[in-house]
Amino acid sequence: MAIEASQPAASTLDIRKTAMWAFLASELMFFGGLISTFLLYRARTNGGPGSEELFDIPFTSVSSFVLLMSSLTMVLAHNAWERNDERQLRLWLVATASLGMVFLGGQFFEFSTFVHEGLKLDTSPFGSSFYLLTGFHGAHVAVGVLMLSAMVIISYRVGLTKARGMNVELVALYWHFVDIIWIVIFTVVYLLQV
Amino acid sequence: MKAGLTSKLRRRRPVLAGLALLVLVLSACSEDLPQNSLAPASERAQNIQDLFVLTMIIATVVFVLVQGAIIYTAIKFRRKKGEEDRPVKQIHGNTKLEIAWTIAPALILAGLAVPTVQTIFENAEKPANALEITVTGHQWWWEYEYTDLGIVTANEMHIPVGQDVFLTLQADDTDVIHSFWVPRLSGKRDVVPGHINTLTISADETGLFLGQCAEFCGLSHANMRLRVQAHEPADFDAWAAGQLAAANIPAEGDSQAAEGWELFISKGCSACHTVNGTEAVGGGINPGPDLTHFAQRDTFAGALFDRTEENLRSWLANPSEMKAMEPDLNRGMPNLGLSDEEITALVAFIQGLS
Amino acid sequence: MATIVETPPVSPAAAEPKGGLWAWVTSVDHKKIGIMYGIAAIVFFVIGGIEALFIRLQLAVPDGTLVSEDAFNQLFTMHGTTMVFLFVMPIAAAFGNYFVPIMIGARDVAFPRLNALSFWLFISGGVFISSSFFLGGLPDGAWVGYSPLSAQPEVIRMDFWVLGLAILGVASLLGAVNFITTIFTMRAPGMTLFRMPVFAWMQLVVAFLLAFSLPLVTVGLFQVLFDRNFGTLFYDAASGGDPILWQHLFWLFGHPEVYILILPAMGIVSEVLPTFSRKPLFGYQFVVFAGAAIGFLGFGVWAHHMFTAGLGPVAETAFGLMTMTIAVPTGIKIFNWVGTMWGGNISFPTPMLFAIGFVAMFTIGGLSGVTHSIVPADTQQHDSYYVVAHFHYVLFGGAVFGIFSGVYYWFGKVFGRQLNERIGKLHFWLMLIGFNLTFAPMHILGLNGMPRRIATYGDGLGWNYWNFVATVGSFVIALSILVFLINAIRSYRKGEPAGADPWDGRTLEWTTSSPPANYNFAEVPIVEAVDDFWYKKYGEDEDHMPVRLDTNPLDPSALDDDGEFHVHLPSPSYFPILLALGIVTVAYGFLWIPVGFAVMALGLGIMLWAIFGWALEDIDHPMGGDDGQGGGHGDDDDPGSEVSEQVPAGIGAGSGGGE
Repeated sequence: MAIEASQPAASTLDIRKTAMWAFLASELMFFGGLISTFLLYRARTNGGPGSEELFDIPFTSVSSFVLLMSSLTMVLAHNAWERNDERQLRLWLVATASLGMVFLGGQFFEFSTFVHEGLKLDTSPFGSSFYLLTGFHGAHVAVGVLMLSAMVIISYRVGLTKARGMNVELVALYWHFVDIIWIVIFTVVYLLQV
Repeated sequence: MKAGLTSKLRRRRPVLAGLALLVLVLSACSEDLPQNSLAPASERAQNIQDLFVLTMIIATVVFVLVQGAIIYTAIKFRRKKGEEDRPVKQIHGNTKLEIAWTIAPALILAGLAVPTVQTIFENAEKPANALEITVTGHQWWWEYEYTDLGIVTANEMHIPVGQDVFLTLQADDTDVIHSFWVPRLSGKRDVVPGHINTLTISADETGLFLGQCAEFCGLSHANMRLRVQAHEPADFDAWAAGQLAAANIPAEGDSQAAEGWELFISKGCSACHTVNGTEAVGGGINPGPDLTHFAQRDTFAGALFDRTEENLRSWLANPSEMKAMEPDLNRGMPNLGLSDEEITALVAFIQGLS
Repeated sequence: MATIVETPPVSPAAAEPKGGLWAWVTSVDHKKIGIMYGIAAIVFFVIGGIEALFIRLQLAVPDGTLVSEDAFNQLFTMHGTTMVFLFVMPIAAAFGNYFVPIMIGARDVAFPRLNALSFWLFISGGVFISSSFFLGGLPDGAWVGYSPLSAQPEVIRMDFWVLGLAILGVASLLGAVNFITTIFTMRAPGMTLFRMPVFAWMQLVVAFLLAFSLPLVTVGLFQVLFDRNFGTLFYDAASGGDPILWQHLFWLFGHPEVYILILPAMGIVSEVLPTFSRKPLFGYQFVVFAGAAIGFLGFGVWAHHMFTAGLGPVAETAFGLMTMTIAVPTGIKIFNWVGTMWGGNISFPTPMLFAIGFVAMFTIGGLSGVTHSIVPADTQQHDSYYVVAHFHYVLFGGAVFGIFSGVYYWFGKVFGRQLNERIGKLHFWLMLIGFNLTFAPMHILGLNGMPRRIATYGDGLGWNYWNFVATVGSFVIALSILVFLINAIRSYRKGEPAGADPWDGRTLEWTTSSPPANYNFAEVPIVEAVDDFWYKKYGEDEDHMPVRLDTNPLDPSALDDDGEFHVHLPSPSYFPILLALGIVTVAYGFLWIPVGFAVMALGLGIMLWAIFGWALEDIDHPMGGDDGQGGGHGDDDDPGSEVSEQVPAGIGAGSGGGE
């Protein structure tokens, strides 16, 4: 990966980390657009249910906590990788992916409940913007889970030592980003209701 | 020499520019420009024009200076024969100059900003004692409701001279965005489903002022025209009274018009077109213009066609052939499959709706 | 032209093996990709131009009947969409791809395969949107796709538009990430950011603009797509949706987008003017800062496209004032360009003519832009032909002229043969005259009340004469483009050999052979100043006069030595084109769900195959120094070495994995 020709670099920035940061900056704008849309539409329930009736803050707090913990396990995985401790690395990667999947399960359960209670994608601008925002976030978590799983597989196949590349660090950056976005969503959508 | 030709043409550029400006000015005086924003006929349009002229004067000066500098520089420092390798001073910049040409434009713009902001707020003020009209933009025609007077009409707006007319602009939820623009009377304002916008127009002189939709609204955007007729106050009152008169429904009988009235109901015209005080209630999912006093109008179909017998016949025979529409999608008038006799009767009827 | 530096004929060492179609399709070399971008962009330019000719023919006379309203709406929608997304942006990518790595002394971009993916996504997106012509009609919602009109779901056309733009957006976003990374991490030793050519700087600013603005329109595009296909209510006024939301999301992208369109051309002109004035760019740092300022401020003015939408006087004031401020850095650049020419020894080959034309025409466009910032005046100008005049002056008189300046400047470098000067000048004058003839009258038409996007106009409105003039002008433009195409084809085959440095240039691309070797530089340059190449040719005495040094500082690969310098390069890969194919297959499938689910599944399968293949290319060929510190492949020697290696290279050779 990266340019492999004899290329003495003038800078000490890591190529893939720089790329990941640039990518995450654009992702920030993406979620900014989705959150802004939600903020505009949060009260436009079109006769359907609104956040007050639907949201179960305790439940969502638990799943938020789960996601937050997954960031902790991600840090532990990263530490293990830095220490070249392959076993611990795998353990914590699996833990992170599992917590991510628990979170997704919680989302799925929560949305099923909402649908059952009358909030669908096409019920109201509130419904449309809520599901688009949380749906995209969930999709990002799912991609993250896939990448974590891929890391685990690679670790078993060829090993993920420190010299082997930035993969763990890059995935960690991504994962933490997705978690932070959730913190914002949880705050803005769930906690700070109009 | 190539450089010479280049410089010759470049030298002529200021003259060309001057000529262009002259033409621009000349074109503004022509009476054959009914939608000319440079011929304002209202106070607000005049405010805009004044601001624009001020800006254009400054822009022209800047234009002449910058283009002049380009031309002058290109000529003065052009490579002369035998001088291909003449070295020149490798100047990297001049900070003082940078500061100067940062501050100067900023000051000019600040100067322009003051009257601009003033005009923004002036033109946004809701006027007192205004005639109030609610304008509804449809695909592809204009509906006007004189809220205080109880008049509903379409495409051709009538206003009294010398009085502010306060327009409330709206569109049906299922419609699209349009924009109301009569250049001689005002800048434009968009018509947005789900929003209420407002615009004040007025006319300083009597006459006919043309406009059209100025926000792309689909198939017949080009054909969504409008007219504003400004009257002396007494004439306006007369017009209003005429609009409030009862609809001229023909008595039952064998006249063409009476037959036309029957067809108007039986063929379903009344489902979309309102005729006041009758069972033709109109409205519905695909409303058409109110036809109560249709025969008082000069044009029809979004102020597109003159209200002649021939045009009306063609229209009733096949509306979509005359004006691109999508009646199957509830946009525009469907083809009712009328026979020639039916058309004759209907035309007689609606031409009688004065 | 100066003959100070030796100009050997087209170097056989530098001549690339053609390798056939497969070599191009799988290439990850930034130069090949740049060429492909350029050719594809020119093809779309011609298509967009033909669309414009139809528009002009229809509008040449009142109540025109050449094309129906429906056809006209498709024509102007596609003219705008094609020109913006399929011509100007890709040709800027062409120049950026080809020259940014060379200008910063690099051998390629940071992620060559990602680069190829960006290109193939562009092709896919372009073909996808254009294919709608055969599948129900071209998009017809204007290039801005305002809702609720764009959300009317009855016909499929706007789905093509939405999905196509989404694909193109991904292409540009990946390119932006690639270039940000490349410019930040891969500059040659000594090449600080402030020693980079302005063109490279402008590409960096553009990359940031893309990264920050594309996601916003992407949100809007998803919203329209879902409204059209899944019944969501983002723009449904009846249930509380707000059509104005689309305008905000679109223009938050759309305004930075216009700076994305112009900044590369500004960068080109900032290279060309100094070269042919034989002195440095006046106020280099100010030009750079102004470019960055324009980019930054560009995020704060978007609602100036919405002055008639009913924002209210406070918002209108705020955006009006913000818009005025952009005139300041723009003016700074214009003055600095004139300052560059001042006191120079100016020659006027075709690239210089286009560069000067750019400055002159862009000034006009910029001034009409200032008149737009005068909010009350804009309520007359908006949505009229005055706006059409404004943006064609900045985009055609500006971007297109700048682009052609670049084409004439760099054609010789890319293809080894120079474009013909006489034909080039003919092209320039025809284009200048045709362009002004077409668009100057539109100022008048707009002020005389002619709205834009109208398929016909009535007789008796006073618009007949200038519309006719504009149509005549458009055909003069068409003629000029024909002249250019003839020039390009002729010169490609038998133009004058360019040599490494035909213009006595200032920047690093002129140190390479023409065309450059696969690996760009045999020896990675050590940079000591801005315009480093110039200062290796010329010293400066106390009076700042240049003094020719007794050096020949070309890269060794330009000195007609064959085969001694072999450097490892990323291997070609077919996974980028495969991934693009998968993505566009998913898009086609989406258009016809539920029947299309099978096609989407197929597309997804192709995508997964491509993604895994791509990733595993990595794993099977582990790299030492994988952390991007530039260590390179195991075969290569240590970083910092300037000595050639003995490993056979060239395209496709070598066992190194791709990026």
